[in-house]
Amino acid sequence: MNYGYYPGCSLSGTAKEFDSSVREVLSKFNIKFDEINNWSCCGATSAHATSHLLSIALPAHNLFLAHQQGFEQVFAPCAACFNRLVTSKHEIDTNKNVRSKVENLLEEKYSSAPEILNIVQLFHNIGLKEITAQKQVDLSGLKTACYYGCLLVRPDDVAGKEDVEAPMMMEDVVSAAGAKTVKWNFKTECCGASHSIAHMDIVEKLSKKIIDDAGKNGADLIIVACPMCHSNLDMRQLNIKKDYPGHKTIPVLYLTQLIGLALGIDEKKLGLNLHFIDPMPLLNSKLKQEAAV
Amino acid sequence: MKNQTDTPDYEKLIEDITGQNSSMCYQCGKCSAGCPVREFMPSPPNRVVRYFQLGMYKKALTSPSIWLCAGCMTCSSRCPKNFKLSAFMDALREIAYKEGIQSGDKKSVAFHQTFLNQIKKFGRAFEFGFIRDYKLKSGQFFQDLDVAPSMFMKGKIGLLPHKVKNKEKIQKIFNDIK
Repeated sequence: MNYGYYPGCSLSGTAKEFDSSVREVLSKFNIKFDEINNWSCCGATSAHATSHLLSIALPAHNLFLAHQQGFEQVFAPCAACFNRLVTSKHEIDTNKNVRSKVENLLEEKYSSAPEILNIVQLFHNIGLKEITAQKQVDLSGLKTACYYGCLLVRPDDVAGKEDVEAPMMMEDVVSAAGAKTVKWNFKTECCGASHSIAHMDIVEKLSKKIIDDAGKNGADLIIVACPMCHSNLDMRQLNIKKDYPGHKTIPVLYLTQLIGLALGIDEKKLGLNLHFIDPMPLLNSKLKQEAAV
Repeated sequence: MKNQTDTPDYEKLIEDITGQNSSMCYQCGKCSAGCPVREFMPSPPNRVVRYFQLGMYKKALTSPSIWLCAGCMTCSSRCPKNFKLSAFMDALREIAYKEGIQSGDKKSVAFHQTFLNQIKKFGRAFEFGFIRDYKLKSGQFFQDLDVAPSMFMKGKIGLLPHKVKNKEKIQKIFNDIK
């Protein structure tokens, strides 16, 4: 059975390199997927900040669509979409009152919803050994800080079975792709998320702390699996550079871009030219072709 | 002694939305200790809960702190009483938003209104329209003028909204909830 793919709004706009790298990388593995037909926005922060019912109903609309289209498993690379979908499913499954309200709103009966996976969980499903087996390029020169942020792991009873304070599932994937990972303190600290627009000063301060801690612990690259984390850590580093003279910049890649590099996929296809902090000088100096056997 | 008899039953409202009662919280302050935005808040998260416990509902509902909460859920995951503080914050925002209670943080409210309008209209977020409308609503005309051109050059912001076929269904959800 094919996986359902829920790209979400960011992956068709500001995070289009996340989308292209997801598609490029998955094409190298034995996994089939289809985009959920007619998917709509999950409501993101604005729905849950203003109406609990809306924040459950908007993702539920997509859960219902995915179910009708026959998907048993759906992956959502955007951590925020993943979080809203998985929260909505949990609420409908466990709260009868909310379920009946959602059924009334959508004018449909709920029977079951597909399992919702984030991109890190999807790679665990594909298999760490499989990732290692497909490696073409040696990434061992890269020291990465795996950044989970908030929405991949919290709430702990809903988002998965990871340790919310010290998750390791992303490190496992990055190691399987051949890159080094560093131990650091800020992997689940918040970057300020959607405050990026209304309270940029807050985002700058929080993001700077995260980037600095990664650097202090020896990372020369930060790996993320969330478009909001990416724009706060990458694009907002331009403002951080201006406001904090002497700031040491660190490039920020999506997990799928890093795996794509290991698989030998062209950097333009992975959208590595679309970041604000250019990762190419670092990558050119650290990457070696794996000796042909 | 709670004496705000003319006000709505906020405790019941919160309980209906979150399934939890604020009296669960025993004010250890662990939430505020780990809150990433505590330094920007006039009242730390545990004090917002305390206002509520004491029946000082307006004080809680008008605090900019409720809008500055980033929804990271660190507090909820660390609470020794398993009180879901981020859900409580969401519920306070929901009540303030619906009742039009002003907090002084107009920018966050403008952000959410603009974002939801985009979804209601198009079924998906339309980033160009969102930024344009947000600037008009918030008056933050000059922010991000430096990065906007390269966002366009990188093809990251489209000038036209994405089309969703069944957007009437989305509009119905919005209309019915109101």
